[in-house]
Amino acid sequence: MQMPLHFELVTPEKLYRSADVHMVVVPGSEGEFGVLEGHAPFMSTVKDGDLSIYPTAGAAPERIRIEGGFAEVNERGLTVLAERVIEA
Amino acid sequence: MASLKTLKLRIGSVKSTQKITKAMKMVAAAKLRRAQEAAIAGRPYAERLEQVMASLASKVAIGPSSPRLLAGTGKNDRHLLVVATSERGLAGAFNSNIVRAARRKADELIAQGKSVQFYLVGRKGRPINRFFPKMIAGEHDMSEVKTVSFADAKAVTDDIIRRYEAGEFDVAHLFYAKFQSALVQTPTVKQIIPVPLAAGGAATTGASAVVDYEPDEEQILADLLPRNVAIQIFGALLENAASEQGSRMTAMDNATRNAGDMIKRLSIQYNRARQAAITTELVEIISGAEAL
Repeated sequence: MQMPLHFELVTPEKLYRSADVHMVVVPGSEGEFGVLEGHAPFMSTVKDGDLSIYPTAGAAPERIRIEGGFAEVNERGLTVLAERVIEA
Repeated sequence: MASLKTLKLRIGSVKSTQKITKAMKMVAAAKLRRAQEAAIAGRPYAERLEQVMASLASKVAIGPSSPRLLAGTGKNDRHLLVVATSERGLAGAFNSNIVRAARRKADELIAQGKSVQFYLVGRKGRPINRFFPKMIAGEHDMSEVKTVSFADAKAVTDDIIRRYEAGEFDVAHLFYAKFQSALVQTPTVKQIIPVPLAAGGAATTGASAVVDYEPDEEQILADLLPRNVAIQIFGALLENAASEQGSRMTAMDNATRNAGDMIKRLSIQYNRARQAAITTELVEIISGAEAL
């Protein structure tokens, strides 16, 4: 059984989302990358694009458009610091 | 002795002033709550960014090749004072405290033979022009802004960084009022350029873990530095917004109380005058009747 990934999306204005999810695909500046639980510590800048959040394995992803920022993966989970989140 | 009529008018006008100050106080109280919430909501981002900056900075050696925002221009001659004030007055000593702090710093720098320029955010910093004419390098208009958004901070930051890149100044300081409570707001100075990094902060963030960087550390750092400046400014603007409302609330509370005291005093004066007028009238009638 896989553990959920702790995911946080933070903008300068507020903590936009904090949830336990299956996987998140982040639009990194050098290519998209997916993050699952247990990912190695990693840090990348983010380009403008869609963040895909998979609440469970195989579920349809939820997309959030973000602009500018960076993503950090550490032992506590994934944190995306986005400059702006554009609500769909 | 003022006549009955003028006294009555006076009481009326003080009463309507009191109504206004009371309304302003209540509005400020409501806005203060919202501004405080915004300031608190902005903290997680600032904290995380700071952690990341600290751990990155511990990995990158500061050398001639490092970004200028971190390493500085190598000189310390020209200073830019970024003064964040409010757009509106009637907030007690809020704006004048910030302006005074900026003036003191400017005097100090000038005494050391450095050159000083100002960058104003908010209309109420303009009195600086009286003390240091022709030293205002730029101004950011916030009069259309109801709630401070990150976009405002970003616009200010872009402008300041552009000036920095163009070599207009070496060091930038930010002046704002730190919000402590509705009663206490402390004018605060913070150096924003070059970015000061807390030494030894990295050890606490678990920087020992091997972290992959994409692109490499230096590039990420170069990307994050302007963002860090923007966040510092944004944080200051949020604190300022909360401080402004807190300060206005206290000022208006005092004004309401003073108006109440004044009404009381004027009413007593009015009643005395009225009674005196009645007494005089009675004396006149009685002495008139006796004379008959």
